[in-house]
Amino acid sequence: MSALSSTPIGTGQEGSVKDQVKAYIANVRNGNMGSLPAIGGFLVLSILFSFLNPYFLTKLNFANLFTQAATLMMLAMALVFVILIAEIDLSAGVTSGVAMAVFVLLVNTMHVNWILGLLAALATGLAIGSFIGYFVARVGVPSFVVTLGLFLGFQGLQLVLLGDGGLYRIETPQILSIMNDNLPIWGGWLMIVVAVIVSLVTSLLDRRRRTIAGVANRHVTLMWIRIAAIAIGGGVVVFILNLDRSVSILPISGVPIVVPIALVLLWAGTFLLDRTRFGRHLYAVGGNPEAARRAGIKVASVRIVAFILCSTLSVVSGVFDASRIGSVDSGAGKAIVLSGVAAAVVGGVSLFGGRGRLVHAAIGAFVIAVIDNGLGLLGLPAGVNFLVTGGVLILAATVDAVSRKRGGTQLSRL
Amino acid sequence: MDVPVIELTGVRKSFGPVDVLKGVNLAAYAGKVTALVGDNGAGKSTLIKGLAGVQPYDEGVVTFEGKPVTLHTPREAAALGIEVVYQDLALCENLDIVQNMFLGREEISNGTLNEGTMEREAAETLRSLSVRTVSSVRQKVSSLSGGQRQTVAIARSVLKKAKVVILDEPTAALGVAQTEQVLALVRRLAESGVAVILISHNLVDVFEVADYVSVLYLGQMVAASVPIAETNNEDVIGYITGTKSYNGGQK
Ligand SMILES: Nc1ncnc2c1ncn2[C@@H]1O[C@H](COP(=O)(O)OP(=O)(O)OP(=O)(O)O)[C@@H](O)[C@H]1O
Ligand SMILES: [Mg+2]
Repeated sequence: MSALSSTPIGTGQEGSVKDQVKAYIANVRNGNMGSLPAIGGFLVLSILFSFLNPYFLTKLNFANLFTQAATLMMLAMALVFVILIAEIDLSAGVTSGVAMAVFVLLVNTMHVNWILGLLAALATGLAIGSFIGYFVARVGVPSFVVTLGLFLGFQGLQLVLLGDGGLYRIETPQILSIMNDNLPIWGGWLMIVVAVIVSLVTSLLDRRRRTIAGVANRHVTLMWIRIAAIAIGGGVVVFILNLDRSVSILPISGVPIVVPIALVLLWAGTFLLDRTRFGRHLYAVGGNPEAARRAGIKVASVRIVAFILCSTLSVVSGVFDASRIGSVDSGAGKAIVLSGVAAAVVGGVSLFGGRGRLVHAAIGAFVIAVIDNGLGLLGLPAGVNFLVTGGVLILAATVDAVSRKRGGTQLSRL
Repeated sequence: MDVPVIELTGVRKSFGPVDVLKGVNLAAYAGKVTALVGDNGAGKSTLIKGLAGVQPYDEGVVTFEGKPVTLHTPREAAALGIEVVYQDLALCENLDIVQNMFLGREEISNGTLNEGTMEREAAETLRSLSVRTVSSVRQKVSSLSGGQRQTVAIARSVLKKAKVVILDEPTAALGVAQTEQVLALVRRLAESGVAVILISHNLVDVFEVADYVSVLYLGQMVAASVPIAETNNEDVIGYITGTKSYNGGQK
């Protein structure tokens, strides 16, 4: 009794490195696998494809993988905000299409400055997100229905805006650069240095804040391991991307410009979700909306903001897509949305709401991109690609449902 | 008699054609435990959901420390220091203990969540309630047992200095030892000056901790704030089942 009562209530950060590792493994066993299945899948697929096609492991294809994943990753990250509150936005892809139609109409035909055009496109996404959020959160129409309606309606709107078969070339070099140009060699290294510094500074600030509050900090070794992982992992990637990957005489090297843009957005979104009151409330609404309401959270507002973030970030994925293809047509964004959902779910974001992180969506996007890329190299018909991606989505959703159930049975044993 | 911290007069609530509360009066006193009893469906939960601001009353006057107030939102209730532990525990299973205890009132510094301070306060509150069943305040609620969840919910209610704490059947799902702990906790709460409203079907619990008992029968208060010393088990059962009526303590 006295031994028990003198045991202080911990915070989970006490103990040696070994204790922490053990606690992590126990957590994974309880069904909180996070991105582990996705990372495993990525490695298995990469090894498989590298055996099936010698081109897969080339430097050029390695760089391609990043640009291929970027559009999907942005869309999947956008969708995380609504999937976290157990909603869905099937119109995210066509929303980006409509916004980019606005962009090309303003910039190409009305000769508006490209920055204003970009802002108008983002504002279009914001307006669409507010519209969806209003219908879902205030009127109470299921998001599946609202966004399925918009998925169809916006395809019509794109036709109206751009004309049947309408196609506008992107004439803004800055937009084209995102996917087609690379950072200088030193730029890639600078990116890693910045990432390491940001990670180190936030870790140290966190630790200081915890010390002031008088609670335990994780063993400092774990922080250094994490930073070393960023430095070495990032360093290897940048090193490879900085090598000449050209197959012609003109050298091509450097980190694609889209990479730092995507990283900054990933960092900012993660900051919002993990460190702000809004982020906490978003998870609460996803876990138990009634509990959130009773705790005084304005549930409807949180939902509306989630839809706004989703639609606005979708526009960023539209910008990436337009940059890669070099044009915007009346069917832009139509095909990608289910791949975006697949990426998020494959990465470990739960469709039941309340569980998942942005980085999961990013990892999932790489899995889907590697499938796309690998199957493309094998020269299989597009149908196979759809079948495989669809199968992976169902598999991932099954893993999600089963691991959730497992968490449930664990509970009854306690 | 004591001055009530909170007093309800003539409260009504209906869901469509169903009148659930038909002009109810209720009072709770600082430093006292007021038991609210009544059969299933009598309207107890509905009565306290109104106090919490989650389901406002249709009609009626709420007086808090002598002044009339409105309770239309959970924020209004929280601002007055009214805290509720719900029968259907209002916890987010995907969040951990700290996150649940501070939900809606997170500690912020420099614009970001101050996790360390929240962890310390959560641990201190749990310790002050002599909770021994949780090992870490970062455990996810989905991994906790029913008793542990109840403990978290109660700890949440006393985290910020509350003036009125309402417990809706806090011991219903608990084992013997945990029930005793919760009842001891209820007494400690009252002794610290909080006005406690305790809803329970267990009259043994009621007679153990309550100072007053109020009985709701089909949406009407058939016995209001009866001092526990002036009544007995049999009478209270009579009020609950509608076979006896309270006449103001005259024999
Ligand atoms: N949201 C609602 N819509 C319609 N009827 C409701 C609603 N909430 C409660 N009721 C009805 O109001 C009556 C009182 O319910 P309430 O939950 O307040 O009872 P209670 O006294 O707490 O019962 P118990 O002891 O079973 O918890 C019941 O008949 C119930 O069906
Ligand atoms: Mg009830």
